Amino acid sequence: MEAVMAGQNVEVDEEGYLLQLDQWTPEMAEELARQEGIAMTPEHWEIVNILREYYQEYQIAPAIRVLTKAVAKALGPEKGSNKYLYELFPLGPGKQACKIAGLPKPTGCV
Amino acid sequence: MADIKAPELTGRIDVPAVSEGASAEIRPHVAGEALMTKIGFPGKLVDDWQARAIEKMGDLLSKYRSLQVFLDICVQCGSCTDKCHYFLGTGDPKNMPVARQELLRSVYRRYFTPGGKYVPGWVGARDLTEDVLKEWFVYFHQCSQCRRCSVFCPYGIDTAEISMAAREIMDSIGMGQKYSNEIIGKVHTIGNNLGIPDRALADTLETLEEEAKESTNVDVKLPLNVKGADVLLVTPSADFFSEPHVEGLVGYAKVFHQAGISWTLSSYASEAANFGLFIGNYDNMRKIAQRIRQAAIDLGVKRIVIGECGHAWRVAYSFLNTLAGPWDFLDSRYPVPQHVCEVTYDLINRGALKLDPTANDQYTVTFHDSCNVARASRMGDRPGGQFEIPRGIVKAVANKFVEMDPETTRDRTFCCGGGGGLLTDELLDLRVKGAMPRMQALKRVMDSDGVNYMASICAICKAQFTKIMPYYKVPRETIGGVHQLVSNAIVLGAKE
Repeated sequence: MEAVMAGQNVEVDEEGYLLQLDQWTPEMAEELARQEGIAMTPEHWEIVNILREYYQEYQIAPAIRVLTKAVAKALGPEKGSNKYLYELFPLGPGKQACKIAGLPKPTGCV
Repeated sequence: MADIKAPELTGRIDVPAVSEGASAEIRPHVAGEALMTKIGFPGKLVDDWQARAIEKMGDLLSKYRSLQVFLDICVQCGSCTDKCHYFLGTGDPKNMPVARQELLRSVYRRYFTPGGKYVPGWVGARDLTEDVLKEWFVYFHQCSQCRRCSVFCPYGIDTAEISMAAREIMDSIGMGQKYSNEIIGKVHTIGNNLGIPDRALADTLETLEEEAKESTNVDVKLPLNVKGADVLLVTPSADFFSEPHVEGLVGYAKVFHQAGISWTLSSYASEAANFGLFIGNYDNMRKIAQRIRQAAIDLGVKRIVIGECGHAWRVAYSFLNTLAGPWDFLDSRYPVPQHVCEVTYDLINRGALKLDPTANDQYTVTFHDSCNVARASRMGDRPGGQFEIPRGIVKAVANKFVEMDPETTRDRTFCCGGGGGLLTDELLDLRVKGAMPRMQALKRVMDSDGVNYMASICAICKAQFTKIMPYYKVPRETIGGVHQLVSNAIVLGAKE
């Protein structure tokens, strides 16, 4: 379905996930985060950027261990944990962070 | 979703007052055209949907004798009424199993029984109207096909089979559920529910090997697509992707490593789950199962082992032979397929693993039986093995083990609330409420015995509890796998 986000027409699914990766802009991330009740900080952006880079390379969001490892490497070992990611994205790093990053929602037994 | 409230945790499972229509507005997203046609269904509701639905019902009745029997023999005794976790959680009377069955049965009566054809009003027969169809879509997606009600039914009527038939009828007329159908489509093209492509899977396994090396100083491998390996491990793709699932995957790897078993994963059959079961569709179920056969042939393995996944084990244990057999090319000295718990339990009993249960001393553990394992399959060579084997493993790897109320375990176990294709966010309210009976039983042993770890052998249970426990103010880390405990306790290195 169509939606307007950060002043642009975009295609989203029923839960507001962007359907086209290339329609995403940083302004949309801010708006998506607001909808989720999250105020984007540099720490949030670090995760969003890692997610987008990984997706560009592999066409899937990173598995949780791959993500925590990448975060630890980029931001320091104390941040490379599931707990840290949940602090930033309380409803789950996989789903909430993916939404803000403009990635499809990971679905399965997750 | 912030307005979702969990029932209060009292430790008691109270039968709620009936509340008409309490969950009538909870329904899953409808699958769009592309998702439907991809897995062989009409893209949207067909014009002559009513005639086609009745025709499909007739087709299923002729194919599945059980369905016809289940629709005919209910005497409305009421034994099942308070046995469904969704009824207990929502109070909606249409979630009483007998009422859920009646949604289909009333239409069956109208078109397939003499009374219903000539005097429908006298026998409670209903025309298949648009309202009835909408009601089907709502309430047949409020059944997790856990089969608990069938344990208490004096006739053994299996509501799961009725809900599968209803979903199959709806899919056949172009009204499918997005969550399950999207996932089935991903398995057909990519090989797993999550849609993890080969390269990402290889990268993920490499990361896990590096981590295992860092934490144990041992080269625990997670091999992918290794031709000539003895064992093909087929596990739910959530084991690659999520917490706490991944801890269990590392546990399987450590068991194979320590036992010296040569094994491999396959990127082609990178999924144990088979959502074809949930939608009652044989063709999709078969197509998914055939991937396991193909991978076994291509890799030349001798054994097939299934990871911790409830309904996958049902499909594998009960149907794999007819869906994808014959398996005469595998080593006949081992069961086909074998559950990873059977493998580990056997090794423990033969003294082939060195275990240090004090590694789990921070936990007081209980075991949550997953419905498809408990009520639709078996393990080992003795009745009840599906209950005893996972418990046997837990007791071998952890010192403190406590059972929950026996009315809520073994074949009387309560569903986690997210099974049967309902593990999707738009049903979260239902999932939180449906988890109530299990959460009450857990709460009791948390209070009485300090239980802080509930072990399960199902990817859906693990994902569901991780998500819903915080609504009950229970830490999400309370749920974990059996092989997660094995992973903690197994002593790696040279054998003495």
